[in-house]
Amino acid sequence: MNTPVDVLIIGAGASGAAVAWSLADTRMRIVCLEQGDWVKSTEFPSNGRDWEARQFDDFSTSPNRRRNAADYPINDDDSPIKVVNFNGVGGGTILYAGHFPRLHPSDFRVRTLDGIADDWPVDYPTLEPWFALNDRMMGIASLAGDPAYPPKDAVLPPLPLGRTGTTLGRAMNRLGWHWWAADSAMATRDYEGRARCINLGHCIAGCAQGAKASTDLTYWPQAIRQRVELRTRCRVREIGVDERGMASGAVYFDADGVEHFQPAEIVILACNGVGTPRILLNSVSGRFPNGLANSSGLVGRNLMFHPYASIRGWFDDPLDGHRGPHIGTWSQQFYETDGSRGFVRGYTYQFVRGQGPVVTAMTGMATGRIPWGDGHHDAYRQLFDRSAGMVAICEDLPEEHNTVTLDPSLKDAHGIPAPKITYRLGENSRRMLEHAVARGVEILRAAGARDIVSEAPLPNAGWHLLGTARMGRDPARSVVNEWGRSHDVKNLFVVDGSVFVTSGGVNPTSTIQALALYVADCIKQRLSNLFD
Amino acid sequence: MIDTVPMTGPAHLQDAQRRALRRVAALMIPASDAHRVPGADDDAIFADVVRSIGRDADAVRAALRRLDELAGGDFADRGQDEQRCAAQQLRDGDAALAAVLVAVVARCYYRDDRVMRSLGMEPRPPFPGGFDVEQGDLSLLDPVRARGRIWREAP
Repeated sequence: MNTPVDVLIIGAGASGAAVAWSLADTRMRIVCLEQGDWVKSTEFPSNGRDWEARQFDDFSTSPNRRRNAADYPINDDDSPIKVVNFNGVGGGTILYAGHFPRLHPSDFRVRTLDGIADDWPVDYPTLEPWFALNDRMMGIASLAGDPAYPPKDAVLPPLPLGRTGTTLGRAMNRLGWHWWAADSAMATRDYEGRARCINLGHCIAGCAQGAKASTDLTYWPQAIRQRVELRTRCRVREIGVDERGMASGAVYFDADGVEHFQPAEIVILACNGVGTPRILLNSVSGRFPNGLANSSGLVGRNLMFHPYASIRGWFDDPLDGHRGPHIGTWSQQFYETDGSRGFVRGYTYQFVRGQGPVVTAMTGMATGRIPWGDGHHDAYRQLFDRSAGMVAICEDLPEEHNTVTLDPSLKDAHGIPAPKITYRLGENSRRMLEHAVARGVEILRAAGARDIVSEAPLPNAGWHLLGTARMGRDPARSVVNEWGRSHDVKNLFVVDGSVFVTSGGVNPTSTIQALALYVADCIKQRLSNLFD
Repeated sequence: MIDTVPMTGPAHLQDAQRRALRRVAALMIPASDAHRVPGADDDAIFADVVRSIGRDADAVRAALRRLDELAGGDFADRGQDEQRCAAQQLRDGDAALAAVLVAVVARCYYRDDRVMRSLGMEPRPPFPGGFDVEQGDLSLLDPVRARGRIWREAP
């Protein structure tokens, strides 16, 4: 058996890294178990001529397609939106686009403001200092003064607008609609050991330049210097409990497939909205027959993705193509509730640049815009480097029938039951997607696009895995309390996107990490009576 | 380092499957004198296609089997008109399988040096050279700033 530790963190992604770094100054003995490995920047696809092909291969965003040793299978056959993730040090930040908006003040008060779902037990002002600290740790590029947010500081200069941002920005001005330079996790100048962005344009397959703020480059080096131990290729099967009903540690398999038990005084789950409920549901005992921390029955329920709509147009003049971070500007014109739209809550537009040569061909032939045979080359050249558009990231409301459960037969390489996703697109989301497509077409027409296509919901866009161990003050209606501690198991914490009460209509990484820093601070403030 | 779990079944194609895929590649992306590019059935490009099928091997074989069915026998041995007809039927009736063939061909064709140059691109990976992107003019945001805040106060 391993030597007992004070804190055991499971998962080395966005939230696990932040909580590890924050707790390191307590001088407690901290170990993090991560099922994947470190990824070297020399391994990222943009180092090679096959850079586009590998995003469909070993750097696919789908674990079911990727099937690397670090991955576990996910049965998402019963969902129109498929799970995407990455397993390794840095987790999802390795493959994310680096789009880094915060939730808004209204996102934490949806019951009060709009009469739907539930208010969060924390609010924007409570998290504001942790948002700001996280922005500095991650090195966020932004432009101060965005009218869609309360005032916040810019850490680094904004991304270049490029021809795409300029073209679409002018269209938004013609329509009189909000747009702004996006908050982005790209170092626009050298920052804390990260080299500045050189517009490789392939951020979602890992940044070979190291300009993108993945936590293997931001939090982890600092945490490790403070003696946090990070054990890679260690896959947790379950969390153990002792006779008092407290978490006693975790059972895991090491890189050689050998089973171990790591005892710990505090266990922190940071495995995302699918991985965390999977471990809790696999942690069955006489005392917790329905899974750990699950007296509410809500572990794995209320799964929220963000349904995405994609609207893309083609222009007469060349734009940025595949060059530059994919998302440079955003709009939150339709973010806050407006009853006249036929749905509650709202969405963000992320304005996106163009496509690489391979993806241009694949999408062009799939939509019939590029023929097979005669005419292929002429049609291709009409599209290549001439597209731009947007994705709308829609707020997904919590619904208990959207779940992560354990698949009865599917298992990972270690024989651990795999997660099964059951998800239905809600009517509110459907109406929101329709609205987003219609307004997106208006924007592209105003920008001069000559040909427009849309798709909603995007099937392979389950980036954001939220809500499956929600926070709240009522133990009957939530899994963890307002500072991330399990209602049932007083030394068990959750810090990943599972704790989200509602999803907002923005990418969640900024808020996930702010929450992780907040929970870590709550732990530090309560060390003398943490388990009361 | 990332370990790759071996795919189910060998990635290699039988000779008839290889000939069929080559014909599909030629039908899909023919050579063009006007653009000074080879077709996707070019020796070097097609060798890259076969070498790079990887995770799509099973799906490619399924697509080629379907093409044989549509052609009423070995697709590779049919005349050009019959091949063209079967390929069109595949695209009309089984878009997912057709998309696999498009993917395996396009992934290799659109990284060939000759093709890259024809498109005005340098034949190189994105890193370490990177690319230039116009900075743009942030004063475009002045009207947005002037309209004032749109975020909603929360109690």
